Amino acid sequence: MNKSDITILVADDDPDYLFQTVTNLGKAGYKTVAVESQAEAESVILKFKPNLAIFDLMMENDDSGFILCYKIKKRYPDIKVILATAVSRETGMSFSIDSEKEKSWIRADLYLEKGIRPEQLDQEIMKLLKL
Amino acid sequence: MAVLKVLVVDDEPGIRSGVARILRDFQVTYPFMDEAYTFEILEAPTGEDGLAIIERDKPDILLLDNKLPGIQGVDVLEHVRERKYDIMVAMITSYASLDVAIRATRDGATDFIPKPFTPQELKSSIENLTKQLYLKRITHKLKQEGKKVRYQFLSVLSHELKAPLNALEGYLRMMQEKQAGERIDDYATHIDRSLQRIQGMRNLIMDLLDFTKIRLERKEEKIQEVNLAEVASGAIVTVQPYAIQMEVAINLEIRSDVVIMADPDDMEIVFNNLISNAVKYNKFGGKADITIDSSDTDAILIFSDTGIGITKTDSENLFTEFVRIKNEKTRNISGSGLGLSIVKKVVELYHGTIKVDSTPDVGTIFTIRLPKKPINIS
Repeated sequence: MNKSDITILVADDDPDYLFQTVTNLGKAGYKTVAVESQAEAESVILKFKPNLAIFDLMMENDDSGFILCYKIKKRYPDIKVILATAVSRETGMSFSIDSEKEKSWIRADLYLEKGIRPEQLDQEIMKLLKL
Repeated sequence: MAVLKVLVVDDEPGIRSGVARILRDFQVTYPFMDEAYTFEILEAPTGEDGLAIIERDKPDILLLDNKLPGIQGVDVLEHVRERKYDIMVAMITSYASLDVAIRATRDGATDFIPKPFTPQELKSSIENLTKQLYLKRITHKLKQEGKKVRYQFLSVLSHELKAPLNALEGYLRMMQEKQAGERIDDYATHIDRSLQRIQGMRNLIMDLLDFTKIRLERKEEKIQEVNLAEVASGAIVTVQPYAIQMEVAINLEIRSDVVIMADPDDMEIVFNNLISNAVKYNKFGGKADITIDSSDTDAILIFSDTGIGITKTDSENLFTEFVRIKNEKTRNISGSGLGLSIVKKVVELYHGTIKVDSTPDVGTIFTIRLPKKPINIS
């Protein structure tokens, strides 16, 4: 599969971060669909199946990202999902998806802290999609 | 109905069965308790047996004889204290020994029951212990909840502070890599947005200072007569430059010259926040009307704008910390998400009320009522 055949759904309520992510992904060669809220993301995934999704954790709800992971995986079990957030480990809302127990309730394939470099993000995506 | 476990440690079987009999149908209620308490009795003839039961059954109340065949009552008490069991202890003592009493109190006994005791003496002692246990547990619970709220606040705060940094970093990297072109003009949007995020962060920090002020500084000596019309005029002057940019006309109507007892800083926070919101969330060429009125008992402040309005669903969370209504219309308006929660805190501090009426695309009206008579705001 070529990068240009891949569509990535990006949901983030920070318009700047959304713009930057979409720009960077576009530059890396992917097609993107950008939405600004959990609600929008939910309605978009009813209409089409992206190859990969990147969800912000905190949007209109504190756990929007978790909910979206759950819903998209339920609809498209084979889709790859990245959960991105600026909530850091040191604040106590720490989680990772390294252990089996955590994987069972956080249905993301990868958890990323925001601020990751565009090249890194591209690499992680390639790894997940086995490109 | 809640059941408390009472462990009686006494080598005299008569005492143990007596306690069981007296407390069988006894219950403790207080107006401030959610439910009545009844008692289940556990018995131990020695200190050693007592410790085993404490470990296994985790009793709530311990009635402890001091003179026991093996280890003494005070030893049991010391053990309970060291292990930090959540138990209220009363010593049963046949002769009032001052020594034992002092040591027992130091080791955490709350009460003494003289032996022999009447049913009434036992009951009143149990009543006392139950009340203390209840208060201890409720205090502990409240403290835990307080911690949780602070924790949540901090994690949301760090999120709010990191988000603009990430945005800035992203834009700077795009510029560093010359993603949009060679000329500085190619990055006009990037720069505009960066500046806006910086402004947002600055607002957040200012609001945070207000926020901590309200939470921490509460000085009676700062309470004085405050003329609300004067505070309103001052706030309008502060907001005016922004209003001119937005072409919003601010109008102040004073129907009644109200003076209330307050900390002038608090009143400034209220007016500054609500007037700047009335301008910020307005339309070009809109209006912001501030009315100061009074009833027999209250000062009434009305902030009315012709702005973008708020939907009913959104207005439910409007006063919650860090909640910002995010949509097309608010995207380019910077705010910390703290302003209204600060206003609400101040209003509540003065035992006042705040309510909001809004129609999307028509406007919003905030109405505040503050009691005129002096109140105690500690």
